[in-house]
Amino acid sequence: MLLMDKEEGAVATPREPVAERRPVAEAPTKVADAAETDRIAADTVGDVTARDPVICVRGGNVHYGETHALRGISLDIGRNEVVALIGPSGCGKSTFIRCLNRMNDTIESARVTGDFRLDGQDIYARDTDVVMLRARVGMVFQKPNPFPKSIYENVAYGPRIHGLASNRAELDDIVYGSLERAGLVDEVKNRLDEPGTGLSGGQQQRLCIARTIAVNPEVILMDEPCSALDPIATARIEDLIDELSQKYAIAIVTHSMQQAARVSNRTAYFHLGRLVEVGPTDKIFTNPSHKLTEDYVTGRFG
Amino acid sequence: MRLTTLVLILAAMTLAAYFVGRHRALAIGGTGTAARRLHSLPRYYGYFTSLWCLLPGLLVLAAWAAFSDTVITGRVVQSLPEALRNQPEAQLSLALNDIRNLAAGQMVDESRQAEISVAADLYNELRAISQRVLSGLMIAAGFVGFAVAWTRLRPQFRARNHVETAIRLALVAASLVAILTTLGILLSVTFEAVRFFGQVPFTEFLFGLTWSPQTAIRADQVGSSGAFGAVPLFAGTLLISGIALVVAVPIGLMIAIFLSEYARPALRRVVKPVLEVLAGIPTVVYGYFAALTVAPMIRDLGDRLGLDVASESALGAGLVMGVMIIPFVSSLSDDVINAVPRAMREGSYGLGATKSETIKRVILPAALPGIVGGILLAASRAIGETMIVVMAAGLSANLTANPLESVTTVTVQIVTLLVGDQEFDSPKTLAAFALGLVLFVVTLVLNIIALQVVRRYREQYD
Amino acid sequence: MAILTPAETRRRVDASLRRRYRTERLFRLYGLVSVLLGIGFLLVLFTTIVANGYGAFQHTYLRLEIRFDPAVIDPDGTRDPEVILGADYSQLVKEALRSLVPEADDRASRRELNALLSTGAPYELQQMVLANPGLVGQTRELWLPADDEVDLYVKGDVPADADGQRLSGRQLAWIGQLAEAGRLDRRFNAAFFTQGDSREPEMAGIWGATKGSFFMLLVTLVLSFPLGVAAAIYLEEFAPRSWLVDVIEVNINNLAAVPSIVFGLLGLAVFINFFGLPRSAPLVGGLVLTLMTLPVVIIASRAAIKSVPPSVREAALGVGASQMQIVFHHVLPLAMPGMLTGAIIGMARALGESAPLLMIGMVAFIVEVPGGPLSPATALPVQIYLWADSPERAFVERTSAAIMVLLAFLLVMNAAAVWLRNRFERRW
Repeated sequence: MLLMDKEEGAVATPREPVAERRPVAEAPTKVADAAETDRIAADTVGDVTARDPVICVRGGNVHYGETHALRGISLDIGRNEVVALIGPSGCGKSTFIRCLNRMNDTIESARVTGDFRLDGQDIYARDTDVVMLRARVGMVFQKPNPFPKSIYENVAYGPRIHGLASNRAELDDIVYGSLERAGLVDEVKNRLDEPGTGLSGGQQQRLCIARTIAVNPEVILMDEPCSALDPIATARIEDLIDELSQKYAIAIVTHSMQQAARVSNRTAYFHLGRLVEVGPTDKIFTNPSHKLTEDYVTGRFG
Repeated sequence: MRLTTLVLILAAMTLAAYFVGRHRALAIGGTGTAARRLHSLPRYYGYFTSLWCLLPGLLVLAAWAAFSDTVITGRVVQSLPEALRNQPEAQLSLALNDIRNLAAGQMVDESRQAEISVAADLYNELRAISQRVLSGLMIAAGFVGFAVAWTRLRPQFRARNHVETAIRLALVAASLVAILTTLGILLSVTFEAVRFFGQVPFTEFLFGLTWSPQTAIRADQVGSSGAFGAVPLFAGTLLISGIALVVAVPIGLMIAIFLSEYARPALRRVVKPVLEVLAGIPTVVYGYFAALTVAPMIRDLGDRLGLDVASESALGAGLVMGVMIIPFVSSLSDDVINAVPRAMREGSYGLGATKSETIKRVILPAALPGIVGGILLAASRAIGETMIVVMAAGLSANLTANPLESVTTVTVQIVTLLVGDQEFDSPKTLAAFALGLVLFVVTLVLNIIALQVVRRYREQYD
Repeated sequence: MAILTPAETRRRVDASLRRRYRTERLFRLYGLVSVLLGIGFLLVLFTTIVANGYGAFQHTYLRLEIRFDPAVIDPDGTRDPEVILGADYSQLVKEALRSLVPEADDRASRRELNALLSTGAPYELQQMVLANPGLVGQTRELWLPADDEVDLYVKGDVPADADGQRLSGRQLAWIGQLAEAGRLDRRFNAAFFTQGDSREPEMAGIWGATKGSFFMLLVTLVLSFPLGVAAAIYLEEFAPRSWLVDVIEVNINNLAAVPSIVFGLLGLAVFINFFGLPRSAPLVGGLVLTLMTLPVVIIASRAAIKSVPPSVREAALGVGASQMQIVFHHVLPLAMPGMLTGAIIGMARALGESAPLLMIGMVAFIVEVPGGPLSPATALPVQIYLWADSPERAFVERTSAAIMVLLAFLLVMNAAAVWLRNRFERRW
């Protein structure tokens, strides 16, 4: 973990692939199709458990209508841990984190089976309250999506609907504190009444993070939070993730292997709905055990 | 139906011109491979000649349709005896009507018959002449046009380009009809309204509080001048439209919300078209329903509650009008609600908001401009609605805000003033056009604002 | 900032849940209630109309033995149509009635007896003889329409003891007597579908109005479809981006929302007063409706043209077709179903429109069935309006029946549009 921190600082500006020493220009590898993935990656390589797990998933499956989008995933996410989910597009990594706060409920055709637990409690149990679940498992989305409200109201939205503040002073407290922790307070403190949509992309994304942590969640899910941002804004968000990991368990989906390498403790590689390999981030990038992982991190496809 | 024959003759000439033109093209271009010397396909030469045959003929016909009646009538009036000719305009036009009727072989008042029979004969005679002239001119024009086209046919003649230019011009003309319509509305309504304001001061019309357009037949009758203060009409229109909106906006909005956010797709597929049926029902049916069923129901209900309800209460008309615009509001709201990006919803759900919280605190505020635009369009629809109020609202121009009383509206008055016998110079008739002008301007402004608001809103999320 | 512990956060969220779920359920309920209100209103409307109107498809008829007495019809035996036309056919009817109910022997009771039969009955006899002069001198059993009050009584629409009962006790007794003898029965009301308007409900029909509407729609279709398609083609395919085109587009959108009655004013001022076209003519109605429908047709046609993918155009351009050829050979055929759908929907709207027709004199009371677009006529929705205003109670059911016919037409047109869309819709 300490090592990761250092590496993150070092790699921040030059953006060379971590696994550069492996030759990239080999003969093109055939990408494994679903049947082949089933055959060669039926079992996840590596240790899926975490030391102090807050989220435990065993045999998670998702169907979108006829498509089997997630096939028997088992993975834990520990407290104060950042888990990066990588893999080619459509491999199910977003689907996976959307299962953790039941965002897939909003998609009509989605059907989720398997054992998903938050602190030992079944996420998909009949008596589990979605509202409570989502209050505890916050989410930051791919595109910054501030509400068309003022900056203040954006952050106050969660605490307001959940009744977290009993008076205005408390609410102010939560809003300022969240903006502060999201590293946004200095930029916006004089214009809290202006619409959140008027901020720059990176600021909007940090506003969305502030909005999420204002609810005081235990887990934060991030679905490619930097894919719509420029490199500088990305660097700031990555710093922020690093800080937030002191307090929250974070699962981050990313397309950028460098980002995964910089921010995460553990990395999970998804391929066509299978979790192929999971392990400490440095091991995944330097010495992957599975052929598919190796092909991906060396850039043969992705 | 001589006209039909004439049009058929012209059509036949056009067809013939096509074949002759095409044949000629083949002849001058040679056959087989030699035909390639032609600039365009032979049929374009045919199109070209037939257009040159058809258009002059049609032009003559149009000119005839526009002017022949005016010319004939003028000649007939000139032939009338002095006494008849110097009548006031209104009576003269009555006399002309009689002449036309007599000419068409219908019965006319016996006492009249003697003095106008000569004129009627003249009328018939002139019409016969004009028919003959038309036939001759039309056929001649067709031939001349065709001949001109014929002389221009050469192998290198760019027939296709000529034909395409003609088609293009026709397309432009067709799209200008929309502008002409608006101009026509504006000019015709303004023209009559200006005449009205020559007789009744503009300020009295806009701010006067009494409306009783019944000008007396004899000058010595009480209230012979009529009163044209339109405020009671505006107030009545606003009252009824207001009731309609109070009914339609919440219900329409909630229907849109329920169908787009709560209902399963299967339910939505069934319910949506069913509710759209409401939009397809003719307004006269709503009017009948309001007058026959709703108004008596409201009156009975009022009686039972000890309220004094007019039999043609504003409430009845407003309620039914509200139902009529429900699908309008709901489909417009549906559009704007669906235009709110999915990311916005997910952001809210991701924070643990319930559906209603998301709708009330995120979606509706985001969709508000679009919804306001939709409501403005609905308001303009309500203000301009005619049949429901004609059948279910009253005629008495009460200045009241009580929905249980009877009020009248701008559209009702337009209909009342213009249906039945009219003299075209009386302020009573012209007042209808002044009201029409107000109606047109108000709805136009509402529409323009609404369309702007909606468009701006759409751009926001594009 | 005092950060809440996870446990405290959970407690507070938990505390809010009950209230929030109640609000949620209520909100959902409002939505459901709104939907049900809309559907409910539709159902009430339809049931009211059908319940009021289905009766009009039947009418009460009396079976009478009519002797076509030559002495009455054609005393000189000339068979001259003028004489046949001018004869007093009510005598024949009265004769037949008297033979059925001999006990009505004084003037007053005879008048009451005669009132059982429609005043249109002699007219029917006249038409029969005109069509077939050979009837004179013969005797025929005929079903002749009863008076509308008799019809209402037979149908049970008016309770026998009500204050509103306009039939005398004697008349009611005769009706019972005739019914018992099988001489009074409810039969299909053919007049409703074959006649023009009339002051007598039992003689009034919708055929005149239907034909008026037909001629009007014919004019509208013939004018608005080519014009609308041409305008759409120009705007989509040829128009350069210029202020004029912007003005045209704004115009079209606004015209679609101008109140229909304003179009009526336009028609009155321009077509009737300026061009001197006849009042009450379907031609003028059709012209006004054309201007009203045009925006609908243009907007639908533009959408249809837009939905033709650029690849089709590019392919045609690639083989050297001119812009005009591309449009007329490739784009137009592909867009045609969409344009037709738009035109049908526009026609359906035009069919239901009545307000502008009031302005151009189509509210006149016209008995004759119109023979062409220039003869005076009325239209179906206007006929409904006229009947709705009529004082006779029997017109209530005829109004509703006319509405049913109008709705049936609209249903067929919209179904055709839906069918056309589903049949030819392509997904690119």
